[in-house]
Amino acid sequence: MNNDYRRIAKDGLWDNNIVFTQSLALCPLLAVSSTASNGLGMGLASTFVMITSGMIVAMLRELITPQIRIPIFILIIATLVTLVDLWMNAWLHDLHKILGLFIPLIVTNCAILGRAESFASRNRVLPAMFDGLMMGLGFTMVLVILGIVREGLGSGTLFANASLLLGSWAAFLELEIISDYKGFLLIILPPGGFLVLGFLMAAKRLIDDAQEKRQALKNTDVSTDNASLVNS
Amino acid sequence: MKTPREAEYRKRVGYQAALLGGFSSLATIFLVMGNISTKEPILIRHQEDLQNSLAEVIPADYYNNNLVENPLQLVPPGGKSITFYRGTKNNRINALAWEISGQGYAGKMRFILAVDNSGNILGIRVLSHTETPGLGDKMEVEKDDWILKFNGLSLDKLPQEQWQVKKDGGHFDAFTGATITPRGIIKAIVDALKFFRKNQTELLTLNIKKRSAPNVAKLTTGASSHE
Repeated sequence: MNNDYRRIAKDGLWDNNIVFTQSLALCPLLAVSSTASNGLGMGLASTFVMITSGMIVAMLRELITPQIRIPIFILIIATLVTLVDLWMNAWLHDLHKILGLFIPLIVTNCAILGRAESFASRNRVLPAMFDGLMMGLGFTMVLVILGIVREGLGSGTLFANASLLLGSWAAFLELEIISDYKGFLLIILPPGGFLVLGFLMAAKRLIDDAQEKRQALKNTDVSTDNASLVNS
Repeated sequence: MKTPREAEYRKRVGYQAALLGGFSSLATIFLVMGNISTKEPILIRHQEDLQNSLAEVIPADYYNNNLVENPLQLVPPGGKSITFYRGTKNNRINALAWEISGQGYAGKMRFILAVDNSGNILGIRVLSHTETPGLGDKMEVEKDDWILKFNGLSLDKLPQEQWQVKKDGGHFDAFTGATITPRGIIKAIVDALKFFRKNQTELLTLNIKKRSAPNVAKLTTGASSHE
């Protein structure tokens, strides 16, 4: 059981990461990742929608027939996103001014429908919610990393406007790495997002490859030395 | 989700239609509830936004009333009504602020413009735009002080042919790499100032709350850029 959850967590954050591995959700990703704060806000909003949609879909999975599952999933997701949009406009207004344009993009985030279809509709409520959380956090992680790189290279700041998102205590996050920086336009524009994303994906492949090699090496070690098998 | 033996009724069209209909109704109910519960706060937030941007363009010693209260509505012919927010002191209108829009490089730009009662610009701030970040967004006051250079100017102080970017022989700097954006902004401002000059008496009369359309039609010729 515990193993199941560990598997889900590893899948969501790394092995089956929405962006790195499944290459989904690129549209909202590139639109908001020009600064780290925007990325974080969008990631958290998406995570919230993924957890709730996972929960609802898993709860209703016995009721929904396969023939009409897709329209119902879309209906659920669209309703949730609209509610998030309204709530944010009412109670997180400053953030909504920045992210407002992008919130409706969450509907276009096919990753949410994908998880509803491939995970939540086949699993119980808790694992489905956990999967939503982990997939969402994996997505948030990529958004924030991409945002940090693009913001740092593009405008020379880090986590600008973070206090709008997290409250005034987060002001310490707002850094100006390079003062009087003229900016690097390409990185701020969407093509820059693609470029940076490409490098990040390549880096992930390198890490995976290195890990695989180490694993292979370990396995050959094990076959020659049986004593270490017990320990590992 | 797929069970090997699926109950017969689940395959019927009626069941599926009812299910889909049920979900749609539920979704509608939730959305209506969400809309009702957030309507008030969102309205308040928008009022606050407006008040903040008005306070930014009209200096505090020009008025002692609530700027958002009791605005003047004018309806140009064939256009949407323009709301004029009036800063008054001792029953005199000292400042007037309204929304103007101009055509930028990538779409419409919205500004709020404030003038004093003789047509001098008190302040301009951008409300929304879709210009290229890093190139065309220097009209944001957080990024550059370009927009502040309009303060204090008027059609009397700067002759009309000077209301252009330097490239076109005018008075104002353009942005590096972006000329279309400042052109659009300057044009919007000039149009607004002309509009003010033409309708000055009307705009500075305190007691008018609403003007009927025919009366305004005569007044607002040349205000096409405000639509």
